[in-house]
Amino acid sequence: MTTEIQRIVFSESMKLADLIDVNFKLLNVLSRMGISLGFGENTIQEVCERQNIDLKSFLLICSVYTYDGYVPSAELLTGADPATIVDYLHNSHSFYMQKEFAGLEVELKAMVEPCDATQKKIVARFFADYKAQVTNHFEYEENVVFPYIRALMAGQRQQGYSIDQFEENHSNIDETLNDLKNIVMKYLPDTCDTILRNQVLYRIYRLGEDLLKHTLIEDNILIPMINKIEE
Amino acid sequence: MKTGYKKVLLIMPSKIIARGIEAVLSELGEFRVDGILSDLSHTSEARLRNMDADVIMIDPVVFDYVSRMNVRNRISEYSTAAVVAFKSIPMDEEQLKQYDGVIGLYDDPVTVVKKLRESISSREESVDSEGYDLSVREKEILVCVAKGMLNKEIADFYNLSIHTVITHRKNITRKTGIKTVAGLTVYALLNNLIDPASIDI
Repeated sequence: MTTEIQRIVFSESMKLADLIDVNFKLLNVLSRMGISLGFGENTIQEVCERQNIDLKSFLLICSVYTYDGYVPSAELLTGADPATIVDYLHNSHSFYMQKEFAGLEVELKAMVEPCDATQKKIVARFFADYKAQVTNHFEYEENVVFPYIRALMAGQRQQGYSIDQFEENHSNIDETLNDLKNIVMKYLPDTCDTILRNQVLYRIYRLGEDLLKHTLIEDNILIPMINKIEE
Repeated sequence: MKTGYKKVLLIMPSKIIARGIEAVLSELGEFRVDGILSDLSHTSEARLRNMDADVIMIDPVVFDYVSRMNVRNRISEYSTAAVVAFKSIPMDEEQLKQYDGVIGLYDDPVTVVKKLRESISSREESVDSEGYDLSVREKEILVCVAKGMLNKEIADFYNLSIHTVITHRKNITRKTGIKTVAGLTVYALLNNLIDPASIDI
C-alpha cells in the first residue's frame, strides 16, 4: 500500500551536485545562502568552508526542505548557528519580495488581460492585499524578531520580549495564497489563456511549498534553538 | 452502497495498528479499509479530498496537543465522511467530544463495527448539504460574507442560529476551497453573485 520514501540522510561528505539531484528545490537554498553554481565536484563541507557558511545550519535547512515532517536531533540543534538561520530567513524574505511576488504580479497581470476592467481590478486588489499581508508579517520579523535574536547572540537580552511571542499569523498567509490558487484554477473566466494560467499556478504551488518550508524552518529550527538559549 | 461495503480511511502513525484494524474489519465484512495515511501532510490532504471515504478513523496523536481540539473542523474542509477517533493513548475527554465516535485500543471487533455504523448515522443527521454546487441559501450567505457582514448579522438577517450560519460557511469553504473573506468576495464577484458597484473595490 503506502511505500516509505527511502530516507537518504545528508552528510557533509556528499557532493553538492548530488544533494541537488536528491532535491532540486534546494537550488533556491543555495542561492539564498550565497552559494553560486559552478561548484564542480566539491562536497558540501568544502563549499561551506569556502563560503564561510555554518555546516550544521546548512544541513538542517536542507533537511527541513527535503523531508516532510523532519524533526532535527537535539545534537544538530545545539550545534547549529542561529545567526546563519536568521541570515537565511532574511535572504529568503528579500527573494520572495523581489523575485517571487514581483514575478507573480507580472504573470497575474498578463493572465487577466482578456478580462473586463472590474475583474482585472478584483484580482489586482486581492493580490495587493495578499502582498501587504505578507509584507507586514516579514517586517515584523525583520524589525522585531531578527534584531532580538541578533542581540541575544551578542549576549544582550532585550527585556520584555521572548521568542514565544513570535506571532503565528503564517496560517493566514497560506490561506490567502491557497485562495488565489483556487480562484485562478477554478473561477477565472475561460477567456484567460491556459498557458499563462498554468504559469501562475505553477508559481503559486512552488511558492506555497517554499513558504511552508520557510515557516517550518522558523518553527522547528529557529524557535527551539532560541528557546534553548533563552533558558 | 453499490460496492456492498463501506469505505474506511485510516489516519494513524502506527502501521501495526492500522494493519490490525484492516484485518479485523475484513474478517467481519461491511467495512473495508480503503486507504492508510500515516499523517496529514499536504499530499495526504489531496488524497483525503478524493477518497470519498464513508468513515475516517483517525488517531488524534497525528496532531500535536494544541491542534487536537480542531481535528474535526480540519477534516470537514476536505471530506464529509464521519470521523471517528482511534484512542491509542489516554486522552482528554474534551478533545474526544468533536468526533462522531470513539474507538479504543481494546474494543472487540463487533463493538468496533457497531461504533462505525453509529458514527455514519450520526454524521448523516448533521450534514444537510451534499454535493459540490452551492445551494441557494449558501449563495445568499456567501453574498453577505462578501459584503462584510458578521456571522451574527447574517444570522439575524435570515433568522437563523449562528451555529447554522457557521455550518453554511464551512460548507461554502469545503465546496469552493476558499477560506478567506477576501477570497470569497472575489468568488462572489467573478460568479456575478454581487454587483461590483455595491461594494468597495
